[in-house]
Amino acid sequence: MNGRLPTANVTILLLMSVLLGFSQPMPAGAQGFAGLGTTAEGFAVPEPGKSFAFPRDHGAHPDFRIEWWYITANLMGADGKAYGVQWTLFRSALQPGDREGWNSPQIWMGHAGLTTPDRHFVAERIARGGIGQAGVTPEPFDAWIDDWRMQAAAPAKGSETSGPSDGIANVTLRATGAEFGYALGLTAKGPIVLQGQGGYSVKSAAGQASYYYSQPFYTVRGTISLPGGDVAVTGQAWLDREWSSQPLAADQTGWDWFSLHFDSGEKLMGFRLRDSGAGYTSATWIAADGTPSPLPPGALTVEPLSSAQVAGRTVPVGWRLRLPARGLDITTTAVNPQAWMATRTPYWEGPISVSGSHQGRGYLEMTGY
Amino acid sequence: MMRRTAMAALLSHWRRRPMQLVMLLLGLSLATALWSGVQAINAEARASYDRAAATLGQDRLDRIVSGTGAPITQSDYIALRRAGWLVSPVVDGTLRLGQTRLNIIGIDPLTMPTEGLNADVARDGDLAAFLTPPGLLYLSPETADKLSGSALPPVKRTSSLPAGIGMTDIGVAQQLLGKPGEISQLIVAPGQRRDLRAIGEIAPTLVVKAPDARGDLARLTDSFHLNLTAFGFLAFAVGLFIVYSAIGLAFEQRRATFRTLRSLGLPASTLTGLLLAELVGFAIVAGVAGVLLGYLVGSILLPGVAATLQGLYGASVPGTLSLRPQWWASGLAIALFGTLAAAAQSLWRVWRMPLLAPAQPRAWARASESGLRLQAAAAATLFAATIALAGFGSGLVVGFSVLGGLLLGAALLLPVLLALFLALMQWLARHPIAQWFWADTRQQLPGLSLALMALLLALSANIGVGTMVSSFRLTFTGWLDQRLAAELYVTARSEPEAAALRGWLKGRVDAVLPIWSVSGDIADAPVEIYGVADDPTYRENWPLLARTPETWDRVANGAGALVNEQLSRRDGLEIGDSLMLPGGWTTTIAGVYSDYGNPLPQVMIGLDALTTHYPDVARLRYGIRLPPENVAAFSEALRARFDLPPENIVDQGSLKRRSLAVFEQTFSVTAALNVLTLGVAGLAMFASLMTLSTMRLPQLAPIWAMGLTRRQLVVLELARTLVLAVITLIAALPVGLGLAWVLLSVVNVEAFGWQLPMHVFPADWVRLAILALGASLLSALIPLRQLAATAPSDLLKVFANER
Repeated sequence: MNGRLPTANVTILLLMSVLLGFSQPMPAGAQGFAGLGTTAEGFAVPEPGKSFAFPRDHGAHPDFRIEWWYITANLMGADGKAYGVQWTLFRSALQPGDREGWNSPQIWMGHAGLTTPDRHFVAERIARGGIGQAGVTPEPFDAWIDDWRMQAAAPAKGSETSGPSDGIANVTLRATGAEFGYALGLTAKGPIVLQGQGGYSVKSAAGQASYYYSQPFYTVRGTISLPGGDVAVTGQAWLDREWSSQPLAADQTGWDWFSLHFDSGEKLMGFRLRDSGAGYTSATWIAADGTPSPLPPGALTVEPLSSAQVAGRTVPVGWRLRLPARGLDITTTAVNPQAWMATRTPYWEGPISVSGSHQGRGYLEMTGY
Repeated sequence: MMRRTAMAALLSHWRRRPMQLVMLLLGLSLATALWSGVQAINAEARASYDRAAATLGQDRLDRIVSGTGAPITQSDYIALRRAGWLVSPVVDGTLRLGQTRLNIIGIDPLTMPTEGLNADVARDGDLAAFLTPPGLLYLSPETADKLSGSALPPVKRTSSLPAGIGMTDIGVAQQLLGKPGEISQLIVAPGQRRDLRAIGEIAPTLVVKAPDARGDLARLTDSFHLNLTAFGFLAFAVGLFIVYSAIGLAFEQRRATFRTLRSLGLPASTLTGLLLAELVGFAIVAGVAGVLLGYLVGSILLPGVAATLQGLYGASVPGTLSLRPQWWASGLAIALFGTLAAAAQSLWRVWRMPLLAPAQPRAWARASESGLRLQAAAAATLFAATIALAGFGSGLVVGFSVLGGLLLGAALLLPVLLALFLALMQWLARHPIAQWFWADTRQQLPGLSLALMALLLALSANIGVGTMVSSFRLTFTGWLDQRLAAELYVTARSEPEAAALRGWLKGRVDAVLPIWSVSGDIADAPVEIYGVADDPTYRENWPLLARTPETWDRVANGAGALVNEQLSRRDGLEIGDSLMLPGGWTTTIAGVYSDYGNPLPQVMIGLDALTTHYPDVARLRYGIRLPPENVAAFSEALRARFDLPPENIVDQGSLKRRSLAVFEQTFSVTAALNVLTLGVAGLAMFASLMTLSTMRLPQLAPIWAMGLTRRQLVVLELARTLVLAVITLIAALPVGLGLAWVLLSVVNVEAFGWQLPMHVFPADWVRLAILALGASLLSALIPLRQLAATAPSDLLKVFANER
């Protein structure tokens, strides 16, 4: 039922609280369900029953406080090595709405990561809205910050099926850092997946909600640039789109979040939210044809198996995941345990491989360690 | 044990002659004070330039600026960012708030590299408020106090910013400065990718500037600080004359003590060591006092200096002095150096003193005829070297060396001239008292010559600097009359307002003269380019130094440009030379105009040429011609129609007053130093006369015994002081005029780039003469009172105790 909102929501809040100094710690439950119906400082609040319209909703929603365009890709190089790519554009509003020029209250932030079995590259960009340095246009789809860009493209040549015509079925993706870069073409082989109740995703931890949809069916072809030279790559990618206005509870210390592509074509998104109590897990099972099945809270159990010393902290990089209702019992292994995102608010995010009852690949994000 | 006794014996001298000790310490601490006061001012100013230069990391990071003088556009910035260039936009400009000028720097904290922001601004908790209107304005506490009550965004205080700088968000700054969408420069973050498209390909009008450790301000103000240093050094040198004479006298008077100590078995090395220790002790005491006094002098002078730097260069220097440790060290070092330099000769003599040399007081008998001859030769050599230097050298340091050579040579020559003059007078004198008078004056000359040399230095400096300032003032006021020909100067706040203003003015006034300018670089140095309308106002009034009959026609039709004197001298440009202007186009020089008070090179081209080559030029300022009697009513109408703030409408009279105020401010520090130097010279005179008077009794007693009354003796002594002072004053005149010439024709040209005609002001000399004679009479007063009060029995004792 629950999507990625808690994770990324906390991410953005942590980032923005450090960055903008408007952290709003709220005691658990104090805001709770009662807070759900209230607008946060004039920002719009997600309501159930929204009908999504594409490509319009691929664009920005400046009346909401936070929003993101979040892509992770599991890639295989022509050199036989596994690679991982992350591309994220965050939007955070200091005030609702938008204005032209420097007075725009919209702040944009980009994170790019490129993981190899033995290196992890990170870059970060931050920009003001209103002046053209960063932004998103829904049609034709274009999301950018500086020279980083996710842009609608013509269907890739030679691809058998051009994906559904929802405006983001074919996109190009590029980002550069001081020592790395990538330019990828993404083609959707399945539909957009609405999370939660038709895209209205309630967070059971504190009762807040978000609008949330995903495109987990991208196939990828492109090139990554490393200090040693360019490498041609192919693989799979997953896009998350989410926007909301409400922060999380103060006692939530971090989370462990998984997005998994199984060899069967099925997908799993699941997370554990850590708090002062027992924590909270949630998951969505996505069939190969894109049909989502929200799973009840607690159906997924996650358990750290092994940890690594990363950037001076102990981070659990090996996990066991069990979902008895689907006969799932797997362990995950990090392609590179040192996939540390040394951004203004640091976190761990990198590609993983899956073995056990199901085989596959995926991405793991861990914060608060 | 022996050492302690010897030391006690040596020191007992000062107990017996406390006045001498006071003079020594006073001279030394005054010299140290003037020197370290000036150094403190310079250090404070330089520190604030460095801070200003480092505020945006200009000292470490590359910057991108416009190559054409037009501001960088926001679309250029976005194009660079979207091509992958990590650059951060900055807009800067000056905001006038009543009497205060505030340099506004607008930044984008989100893209600013860490190395680019050297101030504690827009950090964590304040970032949201900084970015959201009305924003935050960061000021140094001092500046914040000065500006309290002004209409500004919410102010935050931070001591991490230099005085006079306000830092705010770029959006807020653009609004405050009336520069919407403008960017002044882009800070280039370190560690850019190598595979980026070239900047010239993305935005052809932009150029990269390498980091500049010193900053434009430091360079512009160099000559100002060198001037100040030169005056500080002059005061120090004059002060050292006091020290030199006090030490010399004390050593001479203790010769008997030295001989006795040596005869008792004290080795020469130990004696010299003890004397050295004594001097070092004095130097430390006087140095500490001098540094404290210097702090006082610096604190008193600094606000004036700060106002000058602000007025001339737009440089912000805090009005308060901070005590820096290196300043203490340098103050003590200069005191020590001064003492040792002044004592070197005397110490050398003690070191070499033959054990059995007659212990006669030889005080003041040093300057023998051969000594004078040597001095004359030295002066001649110095003059020759100075003339050679002036002929072949160039540069500001050479200018000041010429000054130094001239002054020192004149000082060395003075005793020679005086000796010749007195010899002549003695030879001419027939009356016995007159003969005695001249002979006695000759005999005293060696003892007074150092004080007279100090007086000569102070007087010539006074005449020289006074002539320079007055010549400058005369030229400057005449030039202002020519330059500020329009009756009213109006500045619109925005382009639409300017357009409305032009429309409204049409038909209401005799002429509207746009004053539009862009700034750019010629050969990597900043330059201002003004457009000039083809109008009789310019043809008839503009102060041209070099012109041809076609000058104005060529400027009007776009074929020629005028350059200011500074630029013409710096690059050796003359009429007919070609000149490459920002944006890469070339024009020909049609004339040169004088441009006093402007530290920057300037070019004037026809208005059409300006708008053609720099279409983005801001069109906000206008000079307006109208009958003078209508100015008041008209500016009221203008204010009412456009609701312009008072500082945007300035009439000719107040602009002139403001310019002259800046001018006077500039030289107020010079004047203060001059007065202080004169005071020190007066003190030197006093010190010499005091010491002499104690030794005069044996020489006066016989005259008294022959029948001259004490009253007559006092009058004669007074006359002697006057004669010496007058001769020194007369000698100071040509030296001072020479000094003025060097200042006007060499130093000014090197320092500021303009040459000024010299005018003489005899009335000033009379005033100075009265002042100088008054000072010397005053310095003779105490010794003479003592003489007048000498009991006859004391005069008689001279014969009883005759040695």
